[in-house]
Amino acid sequence: MLRVIDLACARGGVPVLESVAFTLAPGEALVLRGPNGIGKTTLLRTVAGLQVPLAGRIEAKPDRIAYAAHADGIKATLSVAENLGFWAAVHGQSDIGPAVAAMNLSALVNRPAANLSAGQKRRLGLARLMVTGRPVWVLDEPTVSLDLASVALFGRAVAAHLAGGGSALIATHIDLGIEARVLDLTPFRARPPGQGGIATAFDGGFGDDAAGAFL
Amino acid sequence: MSLWEYANPKKFMQTSGAVLPWVAGLAAICLGTGLIWGFFFTPDDYRQGSTVRIIYLHVPAAMMAINAWAMMLVASLIWLIRRHHVSALAARAAAPVGLTFTLIALATGALWGAPMWGTWWEWDPRLTSFLILALFYLGYIALWQAVENPDTAADLTSILCMVGSVFAVLSRYAVNFWNQGLHQGASLSLDQRENISNVFWLPLVISIAGFVALFVTLVLLRTRTEIRARRLSALIARERLA
Amino acid sequence: MIALLIRDLKLAFRSGGGFGLGLAFFLLVAVLVPLGVGPQGGTLARIAPGILWIGALLACLLSLDRIFALDFEDGTLEILIPSPLPLEGAVAVKALAHWLTTGLPLAVAAPVLAVLLHLPASGLPWLVASLAIGTPALSMIGAFGAALTVGVKRGGLLLSLLVLPLYVPSLIFGAEVVRRGAEGMAVGTPLAFLAAITLGSAASLPFAAAAALRMSLRQG
Repeated sequence: MLRVIDLACARGGVPVLESVAFTLAPGEALVLRGPNGIGKTTLLRTVAGLQVPLAGRIEAKPDRIAYAAHADGIKATLSVAENLGFWAAVHGQSDIGPAVAAMNLSALVNRPAANLSAGQKRRLGLARLMVTGRPVWVLDEPTVSLDLASVALFGRAVAAHLAGGGSALIATHIDLGIEARVLDLTPFRARPPGQGGIATAFDGGFGDDAAGAFL
Repeated sequence: MSLWEYANPKKFMQTSGAVLPWVAGLAAICLGTGLIWGFFFTPDDYRQGSTVRIIYLHVPAAMMAINAWAMMLVASLIWLIRRHHVSALAARAAAPVGLTFTLIALATGALWGAPMWGTWWEWDPRLTSFLILALFYLGYIALWQAVENPDTAADLTSILCMVGSVFAVLSRYAVNFWNQGLHQGASLSLDQRENISNVFWLPLVISIAGFVALFVTLVLLRTRTEIRARRLSALIARERLA
Repeated sequence: MIALLIRDLKLAFRSGGGFGLGLAFFLLVAVLVPLGVGPQGGTLARIAPGILWIGALLACLLSLDRIFALDFEDGTLEILIPSPLPLEGAVAVKALAHWLTTGLPLAVAAPVLAVLLHLPASGLPWLVASLAIGTPALSMIGAFGAALTVGVKRGGLLLSLLVLPLYVPSLIFGAEVVRRGAEGMAVGTPLAFLAAITLGSAASLPFAAAAALRMSLRQG
């Protein structure tokens, strides 16, 4: 469903990850781990097609991936139903009922998103994922500002998605209570160019560096 | 060996370092000869008197103001198509030089206009277009400085340069339509009959050659500085990761 | 596409700022200019085409940074890029929504303000026509400028610096249409140029703006 081959990606022009490889089969979830700054967000953005990989390939049809990051694209002046209805229309879907039910938003559908609590907003953002109808979820820290009950609710939503033949690639530090493989990104940290890592255009010296040419 | 190899920063630094003193020397010789000849050893014009001598600064500056933008457009296209960093940095380096030439052309034009047209400023199509060109340069430079990520800045300024070029040409025609103007026609052309007289011609051509060499010198110098700055930030970024 | 248009219009109406503010600004310009220039009808009539066009241009500029900045901050753009909606189309639709909420009301309100400025009655239809034909280009060029500055913090001033020089041809031809119309001359040529700029912008700038948006969001 999603296959990543020998992927290298950069943040701000500097390589951060290299030789990343994994596959994601239908019904499978993969959790990314690693210290802050290792490049989890960069990797997810690259897989979602927001960034160009430095090297390597991502094998997936671009119309199968649904991406969700820290910001949910929710408009405060629109109601819950209007927010969801818009994203459903963009993705050619019409029915927002199942997503509303799964994220326990039924009582809130006509409430403007401005009046939602942080956790309710997050649930709306996740319901947005469901209405895309896309099988591969790429989620960046999806449980930020969720309480324990909402985390469990979210875990069940992901489990239901997996059971329905979908798959998920998640960067998170907490246990979602789902069956998932874990990929630690620490071994994939990009090496400096001197040790076999990828060199950018400005990594090579000009031959006169040592002679104090900067001065 | 392909021409594109010069787009490698290391190769560019070597080549430009070797070429730079010669181009700078050429600029100094041509500017010295052209300007001294033009200012002190040409006759007065029978109508304009000695004010005609400002053409040795005005015409070359105006030509280079436009050519600098054209060079930026070509460099931007090369960056967008082939992603050569040196090309993007050369476009960035050329912008302040082009802006300075535009301002020189405007200032010398005003100095000449005061005695000859009786006014420092006239909303003539050529003058107005140059003012608009200066605004385009300002916007381009401001965008380079505002965007933090250098590659994104190069992408965005390249697109601005392309769209800006189309609108700059459009503005030129719009301004022509808006006011017919006082400015005389081109001073130089390949068609001999329209040229200014021969006494003024040779020093003017030498001045123009001097301005071209000066432009190349300044752009090479500034591109080298930009490359060093990028090298430095690459080193700092690597340091921070390690 | 239609969903995006409806959503942008809803947002503009509900937040209030986008719709009324531009019109109020336009009104203020038309009121302030006579206060500064003096009440002589002849002078006002002569400068009215230029004032009305510059007022419309500045009113348009006022709401430009809202085209993409809000969608950038709340993450909508990041979700929109991988969505099935082509980004070029989304840009065009957002520029259209901007025009419907600023340019079109300006064109409708302009005759009232033209009366305040003593513009001869023969110029009124051409004023409405030139604004109706010319302001879509202002929205589209503005959307391009907004796409360039979307990732820049406090990009409002930069946006004006980038966009205003691009407005020069539209301003010249637009004001010329009104001036010629008011003086009873033929308006065909400048009107055709104005329409050509609008059509050319609408045909090509969505691609440039979408490319700029993708580049701004890349961050890599």
